[in-house]
Amino acid sequence: MMVPVEGFMYPNEVELQWSVLIVVYPFVTGLVAGAFILASLERIFHVVAVKPTYRLALLTALAFLLVAPLPLQLHLGHPERSLEMFLTPHKTSAMAMFGFVYLWYLMAVVLLEIWLDYRHEIVLLSQSTTGLKRLFYSALTLGSSNISGGALRVDDRVGWVVTLIGIPSAFLLHGYVGFIFGSVKANPWWSSPLMPVVFIFSAMVSGIATVLLVYMAMMKIRKQSIDMRCVDTIAQYLLYTFIIDFGLEILDLIHRIYEADESFRSLDFLLHTKLFFSQVILQIVLGTVVPILTIGFIQIFNVPEKLRRLAYGVCGSLTIIGIFAMRWNVVIGGQLFSKSFLGYTTYKLDLISREGELVAVALLILPLFILAALLRILPPWPERQTPVGN
Amino acid sequence: MSKFKDAEHLVRLAGACAVVLVLFLLVRAHFIPKSFGQYGHFRGDALAEQSSKTISYAGHKVCEDCHADVLEVKKAGKHAGVNCEACHGPLAKHAEDPGSVVPQLPDTAVLCVRCHEENIAKPKTFPQVVSKEHSGGTVCKTCHVPHSPLLQPGDKKS
Amino acid sequence: MITRRKLLMLLPAAAFAWEYVLAGTPDVAPNYNSSEHWWGMLLDIDKCIGCGNCVRACATENDVPEGYFRTWVERYHVADWQQDTPLVDSPNGGKDGFPESSAVGGKNFFVPKMCNHCADSPCTQVCPVGATFHTPDGVVLVDSSYCVGCRYCVQACPYGCRFLHPTKHTAEKCSLCYHRITKGLTTACSENCPTGARQLADLKNPNDPIHEFLKTHSVQVLKPHLATGAKAFYHDLDGSVR
Repeated sequence: MMVPVEGFMYPNEVELQWSVLIVVYPFVTGLVAGAFILASLERIFHVVAVKPTYRLALLTALAFLLVAPLPLQLHLGHPERSLEMFLTPHKTSAMAMFGFVYLWYLMAVVLLEIWLDYRHEIVLLSQSTTGLKRLFYSALTLGSSNISGGALRVDDRVGWVVTLIGIPSAFLLHGYVGFIFGSVKANPWWSSPLMPVVFIFSAMVSGIATVLLVYMAMMKIRKQSIDMRCVDTIAQYLLYTFIIDFGLEILDLIHRIYEADESFRSLDFLLHTKLFFSQVILQIVLGTVVPILTIGFIQIFNVPEKLRRLAYGVCGSLTIIGIFAMRWNVVIGGQLFSKSFLGYTTYKLDLISREGELVAVALLILPLFILAALLRILPPWPERQTPVGN
Repeated sequence: MSKFKDAEHLVRLAGACAVVLVLFLLVRAHFIPKSFGQYGHFRGDALAEQSSKTISYAGHKVCEDCHADVLEVKKAGKHAGVNCEACHGPLAKHAEDPGSVVPQLPDTAVLCVRCHEENIAKPKTFPQVVSKEHSGGTVCKTCHVPHSPLLQPGDKKS
Repeated sequence: MITRRKLLMLLPAAAFAWEYVLAGTPDVAPNYNSSEHWWGMLLDIDKCIGCGNCVRACATENDVPEGYFRTWVERYHVADWQQDTPLVDSPNGGKDGFPESSAVGGKNFFVPKMCNHCADSPCTQVCPVGATFHTPDGVVLVDSSYCVGCRYCVQACPYGCRFLHPTKHTAEKCSLCYHRITKGLTTACSENCPTGARQLADLKNPNDPIHEFLKTHSVQVLKPHLATGAKAFYHDLDGSVR
């Protein structure tokens, strides 16, 4: 298998170890964390304007969370042994610990919060449906049909605590992914204390953009009007998060250029050649600067509704592409240069293979299908009525 | 009382979680290899498994047990530090069953230049030649005795 | 005075420790006590002639697949004072020796590379399941039947000595010929090195020649700033070596 190599690479380095699937994985978990943070905006910080997207954000988070382990399983040399990570986790390994962080987040945060928020509908549905559906909803009720005002108030309070715990948990979820890369001292493109922080903020950006797009798409599909106050507020939070995210990335860049350590020449060369399109054009210009300037413009000047919706759609899409490019630049970019800093290799992305392009695309689309199913099973609309004192 | 009734579903949930936890612990007890953790965070049996792999190179001491005559010649010459299998290849099978596993003699036409062909990166003190100029195609064994290769005065064959 | 209370606290601790006492030193091979050894390697740049014998011997001894390397040899060309930009090549890892160099002048030498069997290895630190580990005698090994093939260890190794086996789909690397050294033999590469550029070193054995060598020669390790506790010691390693 001849892969074009420029300069010198250690013989075992020529073939990339982590493929596009390991780009998909942090991208997907990032969407999860970001969508959840958006949901928590309403629940914890009482940003009432984004309430129409609360349940949608939770379901989006769940859909992507369910898909997250798939790229990993497809990548492993022995996926049938993956249970070992839970049986004999190595406590010094960020990857092993992440298995538990993921499980915690799935079960104790996302599923629990969805269950608590939807319990009222679940009980009603378990009573109104028939056949298999009835069985399904009845199972979800765990045998309890108490939806009195008191019970719902308990749900509300516990749900609030879960959301509160969920915020640091979301940071932990994606911060850990950042740490998996950031703690590798062998790789100067990855090794940085900034890595978990950059990952968290770029996750929030991508998650918020995803929920924004899903919401706008859903309203279009249901032929309902988009709540402009809602999307305007979401776009604002997108802007704030973006500014922090961009600030962090610029800081990293300036620090590298200024210190210019032994890895700098290699990385600089990469940025000007192999990573120019994905990093400079896609990630920075189209994926960050354009959305920031556009949404920033909307904050200052009066832009008509229709144009704003168009802007949000375009910016949201550019953001998601930009954050995917960011993951690509970190994962693939970090493997394109030699640890001898004397050479570069090429990433051969196959179309049809276990870790190829088609599989990556399928994994990115799959959560949307799961979300569609979840929207059917647990419709986010109409919103649950807050119980009046009984 | 009604307070408990309103939280009853949470108790059911806690119960379900406890069941899952117990199941997990049972799975764990069953699937973790018995020798895991004996000497550290790894499967203890792996040590013995690794050390019982098959050996391909017997090691020069084994050769010298039988081929003492060659050793006599070699240890007085320039190749004293070159172990037998460095030129003769892996011979553990031959050492185990000398009668039936008979090794092939290496071809000096290709063997010697591997080390002695001139290369700018080789240490200057290491004997190296440009083989084309040095022997012009003649096989090395024609003049040099591999086990004691340095030519003595009056040694050279034409 | 040992009170009943103290005994109640000491007993479970003792039981826990007793388990380790019973486990004892691993029964690795007959007549081999791993606690008596601490393995390393001495690589003498002055002596390496780039013949590639070590690469071939390792591949034979350890069934190393074509195109992958448990050990390899690099050739350096350093022009004058340009330490930062050496010209390096390693055609097929040096397995077939090296062709005539097109380099003219400067400083030229060979550098054999292998797993450094680091005392504080980053690779064992990141393994999620405990498939790669330190033996009590200082060798870093891979348990192929436990490895899940996540390749985190390959990413974490600063020296590029690991790879994923193309058919076994598990991580692989130099095992310091553990199956040989526990039987009193030396590594396949050391056995077949014609100039003695590669020598196995037992740092715990007071009679091992490495101790005298270390006293009288200057040695270096690769990438010392990463503090990996590398135990592959190089003699006369030029500053340009990566």
